[in-house]
Amino acid sequence: MTALQRMAFVFLLAWPPNRTASDHAARDHGTSARAASRSAQTEGVAAWGQIYSVLTHPRCINCHTATIYPQQGDDRHRHFANVVRGVEGKGVAALQCVSCHQQVNADTTGVPGASGWHLAPLSMRWQDGDDRILSSAEVCKAVTDRSRNNGLDGPGLLKHHSEEPLVLWAFEPGRGTDGRPRTLPPLTHDQFVDATRRWVDAGMPCPKAP
Amino acid sequence: METYQLTVNGQPMEVTVDSGTPLLWVLRDELKMTGTKYGCGIAACGACTVHLGGIPTRSCVVPISLVRGRPVVTIEGVRRDPVGRVVQDAWVSHDVVQCGYCQSGQIMTAVALLKAIPKPTDADVEQSMGGNLCRCATYVRIREAIRIASGELK
Repeated sequence: MTALQRMAFVFLLAWPPNRTASDHAARDHGTSARAASRSAQTEGVAAWGQIYSVLTHPRCINCHTATIYPQQGDDRHRHFANVVRGVEGKGVAALQCVSCHQQVNADTTGVPGASGWHLAPLSMRWQDGDDRILSSAEVCKAVTDRSRNNGLDGPGLLKHHSEEPLVLWAFEPGRGTDGRPRTLPPLTHDQFVDATRRWVDAGMPCPKAP
Repeated sequence: METYQLTVNGQPMEVTVDSGTPLLWVLRDELKMTGTKYGCGIAACGACTVHLGGIPTRSCVVPISLVRGRPVVTIEGVRRDPVGRVVQDAWVSHDVVQCGYCQSGQIMTAVALLKAIPKPTDADVEQSMGGNLCRCATYVRIREAIRIASGELK
């Protein structure tokens, strides 16, 4: 073994160099930060799952169609009376959403109502053209895409879920024409807002596409 | 029972009814204005259409408590409107009506359409009139009368 080879051998035996205490602390800190980040991501995706369960309930998704018509009922059938979307999602000139839907629920006649009754824009469709509900990842992508969601960032989405009259309506949907209360989304409004807040705080993570 | 002040065809009126009473029944039973018809009672046929605050509205599903001061125009008063007059004249000249039961609603909807879109396309007519049913199937004559009325409007 030459002198050069001996030096290389000793160098390799000594590798990696001894860590100082601060080196270990930095490494541990990095590891825990990554773990915390993964945990936040996991919790955020879980919160999104709760949100998705509400968004895909008939009280919400019936007006997030990909077609020219809204849906109604828990079976999400096509809205009766040949109601159509119109350019702005408010119906057409002489057959508007507000031709029937007033500012509040009309429980004596079974017609739901809230301020500004209208369909969500096509950019926020959560169904495909055959009325099949999109996956959690697809809906999440739509909701977080500011080019599609009316420019809403996290706080904007939280405000939307907290205050928008049509969102609030979904949790107090009144009675149907049969006099029975309409079914409710799986969360209360408070739980829905809380899930949205946790999801936004986690950075609005989306689940992986299936 | 509660008392409500209404403006119907420009006239102030007062009724004392249950707050959940549909506007249709206030018009027909309380105010004896029977030109507005009861068809289905669930907003599916359009026979009960009136204008509420200028919006074509299915009066069978709007409780009186939600009228909230908005003026009501019915078939009895629509002729005072220039568009209403043109539409009614077109209906008569083209002999649209068969049994006539749905025609109040058809005319009220057509007037609303032409006030919003004086020169509607066939698609506009189909979409706006698509919720007004006619058991006599006068649809072809309804569409033609709207076309004639549109031609009369500037």
